[in-house]
Amino acid sequence: MPMMMLRGNESTAYAAKLARVKVIPAYPITPSTLFPEKISELIANGEMEAEFLPVESEHSALSAAIGAAATGVRAMTATASQGLALMHEVLFIASGMRMPIVMAIGNRALSAPVNIWADQQDTIAERDSGWIQFYAETNQEALDLTLIAFKVAENDKVLLPAMMGMDAFVLTHTMEPVNVPEQQDVDEFLGEKKINYPVLDPEKPATFGAFVFPEHYMDIRYSQFIAMEHARSVIDDVFNEFEKKFGRRYSKVSGFMVDDAEIVFVTMGSMTGTARETVRKLREKGEKVGLVKITVYRPFPKEEIVSLTKNAKVVAVVDRNISPGFAGAIFTETVASYNNEKKRPKIIDFIMGLGGRDVKIENYEQVYNLAKAALRGKFKEINWIDVDEEAVKEVEGTL
Amino acid sequence: MFEVRFHGRGGQGAVTAANILATAAFLEGNDVQSFPFFGVERRGAPVEAYTRIDNKRIDIKMYIYNPDAIVVLDTSLMEKVDVLKGLKKGGYIILNTQKKPEDFDFKDYKVAVVDATDVAVNLGLGSRSSPIVNTAILGAYAKAIGNVKIESIVQAIKSNAPTRPDDNAKAALESYNRTILGW
Repeated sequence: MPMMMLRGNESTAYAAKLARVKVIPAYPITPSTLFPEKISELIANGEMEAEFLPVESEHSALSAAIGAAATGVRAMTATASQGLALMHEVLFIASGMRMPIVMAIGNRALSAPVNIWADQQDTIAERDSGWIQFYAETNQEALDLTLIAFKVAENDKVLLPAMMGMDAFVLTHTMEPVNVPEQQDVDEFLGEKKINYPVLDPEKPATFGAFVFPEHYMDIRYSQFIAMEHARSVIDDVFNEFEKKFGRRYSKVSGFMVDDAEIVFVTMGSMTGTARETVRKLREKGEKVGLVKITVYRPFPKEEIVSLTKNAKVVAVVDRNISPGFAGAIFTETVASYNNEKKRPKIIDFIMGLGGRDVKIENYEQVYNLAKAALRGKFKEINWIDVDEEAVKEVEGTL
Repeated sequence: MFEVRFHGRGGQGAVTAANILATAAFLEGNDVQSFPFFGVERRGAPVEAYTRIDNKRIDIKMYIYNPDAIVVLDTSLMEKVDVLKGLKKGGYIILNTQKKPEDFDFKDYKVAVVDATDVAVNLGLGSRSSPIVNTAILGAYAKAIGNVKIESIVQAIKSNAPTRPDDNAKAALESYNRTILGW
């Protein structure tokens, strides 16, 4: 398998090529623009056979992807931040119509103030849209998870769209060595797209996304809920198949040095690598610390999170998002995952890295020290790391 | 781990230089990362780009604050930008200049110079008013630091240069031979 030096946006473009995606409608937005650029280049060079549709907005991009998927072909697009927000209503239409579209997201902050840098608020805000959500730590993961996303989305027990998030710039614009699979192996892994459902076909007319009365709407929503539950085991199966074919192991949630850890970080996306390096440094000093990485956020892997963190005394959740009025999303859902557990660790939220603020080893060391203080007693439930508290106090007053 | 920061102006190819260095180091069996300063690039405005090289897996995904080497594609930047910011003591400074190493007063650092602009202009890379010096300066990098061989730089240029790979490879080789080390 050839190794290539790729940026995150190129990783997902190669994944689209290898998945033999047939229709790619896209509208450019920082930091995802390199995706449509690379796709047009691959098509122009004759390396990829697909229809590229330069549309007039993100709303149209996803609408066109739905139309394409409704004919039974693979469709993919890419966007970020305001582009994803503009797609909001169409996201629910895609999942409601059960279209197995895959979308690559360059995770970026939402306005205002305008900011083009890494932040996971854009996809977290679409948590309830009925899309499966994957998050990549590296550009290799961005390629692999995009292929995996197609296989999961198209499974008969699932038939839901999936988004694959990679942090703005930290992945989208960073070049890393990536193992690009052979076409034949990907063909064998994904197979021909099976269509066991009605498609747009003039010979056999069908209606999609029709008007539905109260006597049916709720049952259709329930079937979407069940499909997302089915996705849990389907994702595990696809991860296993992927490992057999390509030798790289993925898990919805994976642990690093958690067995004897008193304090465990929980992270998602590109900030995980720096956390792993911090764990190694702290371990050298004899500190009992571990790391849990979330790769799949929807469906939320509640059992897996509990089983990897329940032996810890403090779980330090790192959220690159915030729900003003409560807390970060991963914290909220980690706490909820413990609903049926008798024994539970202290779970603390650390808001970090919003709008591209660099997530550094020293930030994780600060998180570790606060978690260690919690071992001995008092702690704050929600902690903002690396913010200018004094400046905010001057404007907003004290809590 | 070895970390490098490139300073240039938008259009000179600093980002491509960082990518080519990473590719060359990867060809020698290292793990690598290269990235631009995250933001919006404008022609002529100061640009930074970075390369990380290690013989084991690179996990960290943060900015480079204390580089082992800096590479300056345009020394006129040094009036406006603190190019030495965070450079490790004993670190390397590679400059595109007509001056000699002893013309610079950089205590605690190793200075190497090359007239990369002259090399690029002679080979017709870019124009006389805005030469593209990124491949030329990488020859000086290989000569001065040596943790990535000139042969690997040339191979990386030939497989990655967006245009005229042979002239760009020649630029690196010529700079390699014209580099003056100040130590």
